Amino acid sequence: MSTIVVEHLSKVYPVAVKEAGLKGTLTHFFKRTYRQVKAVQDVSFKIEPGEIVGFLGANGAGKTTTLKMLTGLIHPSSGRVEVAGHIPFQRRSAFLSQVTLVMGQKQQLIWDLPALDSFKINAAVYGISDRALEHRVGELSEMLSLGGKLNQPVRKLSLGERMKAELLAALLHEPNVLFLDEPTLGLDVNAQVAVREFLREYNQRYRATILLTSHYMADITALCERVLMIHQGQLIYDGSLDGLVDRFSPCREVKVEFARPYSAHELSVYGDIQDVDKQYARFLVQQEGLTGAIAKILADLQVIDLTISDPPIEEVIGRVFQAGTVAR
Amino acid sequence: MKRLFRIMQTFATVYYAYMVEYRAELVLWVLSGSLPIILMGVWTQAAQRGNFGLSPVDFARYFMAVFLVRQITVVWVIWEFEREVLEGKLSFRLLQPIDPVWHHVFSHASERLARLPFAVLLIVLFFILYPAAIFVPNILTIALFLLAAGLAFALNFLIQYTLAMVAFWTERASSLQEFWFLFYLFLSGAIAPLAVFPESVRTIAQLTPFPYLINFPASILVGLPVNLIQGFLVMLAWCAGFFALNRWLWRKGLKQYSGMGA
Repeated sequence: MSTIVVEHLSKVYPVAVKEAGLKGTLTHFFKRTYRQVKAVQDVSFKIEPGEIVGFLGANGAGKTTTLKMLTGLIHPSSGRVEVAGHIPFQRRSAFLSQVTLVMGQKQQLIWDLPALDSFKINAAVYGISDRALEHRVGELSEMLSLGGKLNQPVRKLSLGERMKAELLAALLHEPNVLFLDEPTLGLDVNAQVAVREFLREYNQRYRATILLTSHYMADITALCERVLMIHQGQLIYDGSLDGLVDRFSPCREVKVEFARPYSAHELSVYGDIQDVDKQYARFLVQQEGLTGAIAKILADLQVIDLTISDPPIEEVIGRVFQAGTVAR
Repeated sequence: MKRLFRIMQTFATVYYAYMVEYRAELVLWVLSGSLPIILMGVWTQAAQRGNFGLSPVDFARYFMAVFLVRQITVVWVIWEFEREVLEGKLSFRLLQPIDPVWHHVFSHASERLARLPFAVLLIVLFFILYPAAIFVPNILTIALFLLAAGLAFALNFLIQYTLAMVAFWTERASSLQEFWFLFYLFLSGAIAPLAVFPESVRTIAQLTPFPYLINFPASILVGLPVNLIQGFLVMLAWCAGFFALNRWLWRKGLKQYSGMGA
């Protein structure tokens, strides 16, 4: 049975519209007009137990709205959501004790008290015994290398430590469905890697299902075999990460080192130039014309080295978002 | 049941620790509640000249009791709730298998314990300065007072938490509280004991929840005449009414909640 089932899910928000200036303000006060914003439109997908799925989309694409419907925080306008066999919005205890939500830009820990105090509150709420709490905190703080930090007031922790403590708090009740919204936001590279490693280990150890959004593609490439891509509220891709590259960017990246510097102008006939730095250049070349383009480069120019690879995933995704509407 | 007890115990300990973190603020909060003591000065002076049916000592005792009732019943849930809604922090609370209101209830209750020593200190200081007002109520009076003050806290909390529900729709629920506070100030007995109000105003006030929030428990403590049974029944009725309204608005509000900024 799938852990997450989403069928024809939509969410429409009314948003008050206000013109600039005094006139706009007065009109806004006396006669408010609303615009219906379709945040999520007819989205359907399924996620199986133990999967780690990346959820991609530009800001405002509808990722967070979807996550909020999956966790039962907001009521869908239409469609059906089922998570771990429950309807999220009913917020039954049996559902709540199986899921968790971590938001990179929000915190649940009490700012002025040590994280351990917040954990005690969570333990009481979820009915975790003192012994189980101690065991669980020991285990997770070891996985997160947080030992010794949990007795300090949360406000004294570094951003990375605080995020780890947030993760610990969110995972105390051994949830098996994790919704992570930008869990590595603002963290330095080391802390990002640590959080990523932790998530992978958690997934393997507890067979937890994870749905994750992130603006750091490294998170997605390191953790997710499957990605969902949402654009203007619509699901435009559901499949493997490699497939995403093939589907949206039937291009290859060609890196060339020349014997002498060429100008961008001279190189422009050979492909879509990404950047030129003295004798180094990087092109994007359409898949079908690849052999021809390379033969031409090798014939016309003095080449020392040439490599062909998939373009970086950020670029592929950036192209999809820039393209605006995408054919489904 | 055992789990409930554990939740209560943990919440109380942690929130008590939280409140004690703010020692300086606590003292300031207690002092900021000393409006009744200023008013007491005004009224005891006025009572020496005018004829209010209450002696200066009665006024002094009454306002001391008002101070105490305010310390027991002060509520700020609307500001906290509004902030939680606006910042989307309510989302975390909603994901826990317990009604988010308990966090507020216990933080209010623990704060009471934390500020109690300061409040008692202030009362002792007052009696040292004004020994004529010293009085010792009997056990029954104290018990009735604590019951009435506890119920007044519950009613005050229910009213404000109900007003707070408006945060789901307007995003500025606390302005409603400020409007409400005007009526509270005049009709609750915070500025003057209800006994000195004109008969007609008093009759109308008795129908509102306000006098039960301060005047009723304070009068019980200092021995001013009150209708005990009627008073408690009216309080319970208001509690029940606001509770029902609150739960109804809560359910509607959750449908409205969009996890703003979450």
